[in-house]
Amino acid sequence: MNDTTFSLLSILSDDFNGTYNGAFNIRENSQCAGRRSTENIKIESKTDEPGLDIYIKPGTKGETVYIPACVTHGNVDDLVYNDFHVGEGADVVIVAGCGVHTDNDEEAKHNGIHRFFLAKGSHVLYKEKHIGTGNGTGAKKIDPVTDAYLEEDSVLEMDTVQISGVDSTFRKTSAKLGARAKLIIHERIMTDGDEKASTDFSVDLNGEDSGVDLISRSVAKGSSHQEYHSRISGNCRCTGHSECDAILVGNGTVNAAPELFAGNIDASLIHEAAIGKIAGEQIIKLRTLGLTQEKAEEKIIEGFLRG
Amino acid sequence: MLELKGIRWQLESGEEILKDVSLTVPDGKLTVITGPNGGGKTSLAKIIAGLEKPTAGEILLDGKNITDWDITERAVNGIGYAFQQPVRFKGIRVRDLLELAAGETLTEGEMCDVLGEVGLCAQEYIDRDVDASLSGGESKRIEIASVLARRNSKVLVFDEPEAGIDLWSFTGLIDAFEELKHKHGEALLIISHQERILDIADNIIVIADGKIRMQGDKDEILPKLLAGEKGNKCPLGKDKKGGMQ
Repeated sequence: MNDTTFSLLSILSDDFNGTYNGAFNIRENSQCAGRRSTENIKIESKTDEPGLDIYIKPGTKGETVYIPACVTHGNVDDLVYNDFHVGEGADVVIVAGCGVHTDNDEEAKHNGIHRFFLAKGSHVLYKEKHIGTGNGTGAKKIDPVTDAYLEEDSVLEMDTVQISGVDSTFRKTSAKLGARAKLIIHERIMTDGDEKASTDFSVDLNGEDSGVDLISRSVAKGSSHQEYHSRISGNCRCTGHSECDAILVGNGTVNAAPELFAGNIDASLIHEAAIGKIAGEQIIKLRTLGLTQEKAEEKIIEGFLRG
Repeated sequence: MLELKGIRWQLESGEEILKDVSLTVPDGKLTVITGPNGGGKTSLAKIIAGLEKPTAGEILLDGKNITDWDITERAVNGIGYAFQQPVRFKGIRVRDLLELAAGETLTEGEMCDVLGEVGLCAQEYIDRDVDASLSGGESKRIEIASVLARRNSKVLVFDEPEAGIDLWSFTGLIDAFEELKHKHGEALLIISHQERILDIADNIIVIADGKIRMQGDKDEILPKLLAGEKGNKCPLGKDKKGGMQ
């Protein structure tokens, strides 16, 4: 792998130490820069399209699989299809992440299309971090698509972060849930300058007593713009909760359009949304503890994006 | 020592809230400001902490004029202020708030000490967010703890610390104030209506209608505190003989 990939991987996960413990596949400029399968987690290249099939054996517990992707120069338009097949009763962590870097005026782009198939009673914690680096004027773009299929009693926790440097992103996430399946999404996006980020969720609660908890926190600084759209469809007895909070700094703008569809009398759906600048009283409180105005704002945003 | 000299403050509408207030809060003593609601007590606390700027008068900290200092500068130089209405955050944990207050990383033992003073168990609270999931009493106690966690304080101002705190925890709070007074020697200023806080005061200042009505030693002020006070009059005259029946 090249030096840029090395430094991007170091930003993407604290677990990276030149390699990973456990199963992994490192994708660099559309090529494979390293792979390891384990007894329980098999990583195979797809034959009909670019990408991987990741097979996690039923009952696998406590293992982590790393699937990072890096674009390290301009004039790359990377497209990858990764399918995660999670066996019955497995309980694993999947760490994905994407770093795009360009030092010239050419575009660096990554489109990751991830599909998750969670068998009965499985549990996945999916951690994903996106970052853009480099001083090139070429646009750094990441457009991820995530489709999740949750069989009964399975749980998918998605923890996604995009903190800085990505000029344009369009995130599309959809999920279909079976009986008693649970989907928990924590998404955090910060944009600055002229960056644009758009995120679109579509969750179908199809099985009795399924549930989704969708929490989105965003900070729009500079002249950046963010779009949020979510649609939760409660098609049976189920619970759905979405929460979209955004902080505006400078001339940042945010458009939030949450949508709830209740297709059953026992569907219980809630949406909460709040957009605005940092509450003045929060800054004042931290200043009375000795922080400057700038430091107080920084701490409030840091906490907001962590929560 | 904190001194206020001839403090005046008015709202943008021109209404004068504080009318020539002069007082001294000595080190190692507990001064309690009391008086009817709407008399200007909270405004005075905000002026001391720098949240509001007086329209006239001077504020002196250990003889130094700090009237033009902003909130941060006053905090860094030893003025602590516990809000009457605690501020809530999204994503800032009790642990974070206490560490920001202390200006350094705190051990679990240190957090235990400071939360213990307000009757909270550190284990249960340090990882909770300082947000609307806390009850009114809990957030009030954490607010007080954030001020107790400050280092090198010279003046600590507590605006109605008793509000929302149950009787059992309240005893712990009284002990904490007494300990502060004896151990650290800060100048303590508490705005309160609570008899037990008035009881542990060294000095009492009564503020009503934006002015100091009386001030002095607790033993001198306490007995005459309510002398001459009348309840609100009934606008319909029900409280008068021959008034509306």
